[in-house]
Amino acid sequence: MRRPVVWLAIAVVLVAGVLVSALAGQLPVTPAEVGGSLLRAAGIPNPWAPSDAVVESTLWVVRFPRIAMAVTVGAALAAAGAVMQAVFGNPLAEPGVVGVSSGAALGAAAAIVLGLAAFGDGLVAALAFCGGLLATLLVYLVSRANGRTEVVTLLLTGIAVNAFAGAGLAFLLFSASSANREQIVFWQLGSLGGSLWREVLVVAVVAVPGVVVAALLGRRYDVLALGERNARHLGVDVERLRIVSVVLVALLTGVAVAFVGIIAFVGLVVPHLVRMLQGPAHRPLIVASAVGGAALMVWADLLARTLVAGAELPIGLLTSLVGGPFFFFLLWRQRRRAGGWA
Amino acid sequence: MIADAVVVQRGGRRVLDGVTLEVRPGEVLALVGPNGAGKSTLLAVLSGELRPDSGSVTLDGRPLADFAPRELARRRAMLTQDNALSFPFRVREVLEMGRSPWIRTPQQEDDGRVLAEAAARADVEHLLDRRFTELSGGERARVSLARVLAQDAGIVLLDEPTAALDLRHQEEVLTVARHLASAGRAVVVVLHDLSLAGAVADRVGLLDGGRLVALGSPREVLTASALSAVYDVDVEVLERDGTLLVVPVRGPSRA
Repeated sequence: MRRPVVWLAIAVVLVAGVLVSALAGQLPVTPAEVGGSLLRAAGIPNPWAPSDAVVESTLWVVRFPRIAMAVTVGAALAAAGAVMQAVFGNPLAEPGVVGVSSGAALGAAAAIVLGLAAFGDGLVAALAFCGGLLATLLVYLVSRANGRTEVVTLLLTGIAVNAFAGAGLAFLLFSASSANREQIVFWQLGSLGGSLWREVLVVAVVAVPGVVVAALLGRRYDVLALGERNARHLGVDVERLRIVSVVLVALLTGVAVAFVGIIAFVGLVVPHLVRMLQGPAHRPLIVASAVGGAALMVWADLLARTLVAGAELPIGLLTSLVGGPFFFFLLWRQRRRAGGWA
Repeated sequence: MIADAVVVQRGGRRVLDGVTLEVRPGEVLALVGPNGAGKSTLLAVLSGELRPDSGSVTLDGRPLADFAPRELARRRAMLTQDNALSFPFRVREVLEMGRSPWIRTPQQEDDGRVLAEAAARADVEHLLDRRFTELSGGERARVSLARVLAQDAGIVLLDEPTAALDLRHQEEVLTVARHLASAGRAVVVVLHDLSLAGAVADRVGLLDGGRLVALGSPREVLTASALSAVYDVDVEVLERDGTLLVVPVRGPSRA
């Protein structure tokens, strides 16, 4: 499919998701009220702006920050997935699957149990980043051999890292106070509920430059697909690219996980679909994945809070429900046409 | 480019043991020798990929290690035997990767011409819109060769470029190598087939056990006595229409 068509389609899905998310919920809001409220915030007086303070605060305190969080987190996770796949040279690499997300969750949970959360959101995010970085490095060092990734080792390392981080989380859960316990459970399942503007700001400050840097490295990721030796002969400083990318993945995943918990498979499903639609060239892939990830996350969150009336499903449950079978499909296809991917 | 007394050790064994040679523009240098003689290692050292444990490799008097990766990539191209590709890029995109060292340089304007020429020389024009991952082994090898040609470097290193190719395409690779040399580039090619080496090379380097045991014109190096000693099998060197044919001496037919 032609690239502009694909991009337009992804953008339409995102914008539609944002609009529906602003309208839908326990308190019905009309499209005119949403538009009017936005215009008023931009300093343009208009007759459609809601006169009811409840509507106004529902939009600005509850729905908009939540939508903004979904957009930034989705973009961060999908871009992280695309970068990870580029560095590992394998479409099955994904922060959730190989344990980077759970490493980050462990870091965040440790920050909460140790009472560091009192010192600010930044610190929780920083520990989530450290956990994610450690997990990424571990997986990378173990699963690489002779400049290529062994798929089986990659996935097995992911199992090991997930198991270890899961045990760590369970231990923290066991030793935490009941208030902290609830927060940790929230991390394991993932939720966008109760997102605050200042949290959105922290995520955006990392996600936006992160996606831009990843996109700028796109050409080098293309060359890296030829294997590390060939990339080196083509003038790519492979060592440096590797380090920058690992830090990038840990940053993007860590900051997302720090505020919304583990939301797996976004980084797997989105880049894969984009690759099928417009090809594997990394610069457009990373940009389109970021937008697509935002769209997927907005719609997933909308479903999570409207599917069951009066209750909220954990969003991580929803993404895994779709992502699990998708992952299985990828494995099955890779086996069937052996040699399609190294 | 000059390699001087290059030594490479691996696991306490000297894989290359004091190799000295000069790579000259306008010349095809073929490296031959039995398995494990150090041909590919020597090529890796010449490419800058592998740093020698002692000795040096210099390009225009500067040690290879002093070159930035991209700078080096504009000076020398290398065809490895690694033809894997992680994602299903199209052949056209793979060739464009060969141009990546020239991004944001004046030479970028030549992209179109160089790419078209590279595709024509390696006979991959009809494959441009195919996905690399769907190609056969021989087609992949030719695409990789075209990518190396697209890199447009003054020194071209080829590691067994004929390995996966049929007879016609083997001959075409030799033509490509000759053409590169006649255009003033330096070509170093590792070959297993001694007759091919005799046909294509201006000079032949014969390696054995990490040592360069002979270096000179095909006629000087590819002699029955030298080859028989190095390969540990009786070899006969025939000449036909000015080219050398190297064949093992086989006993009378068992038929």
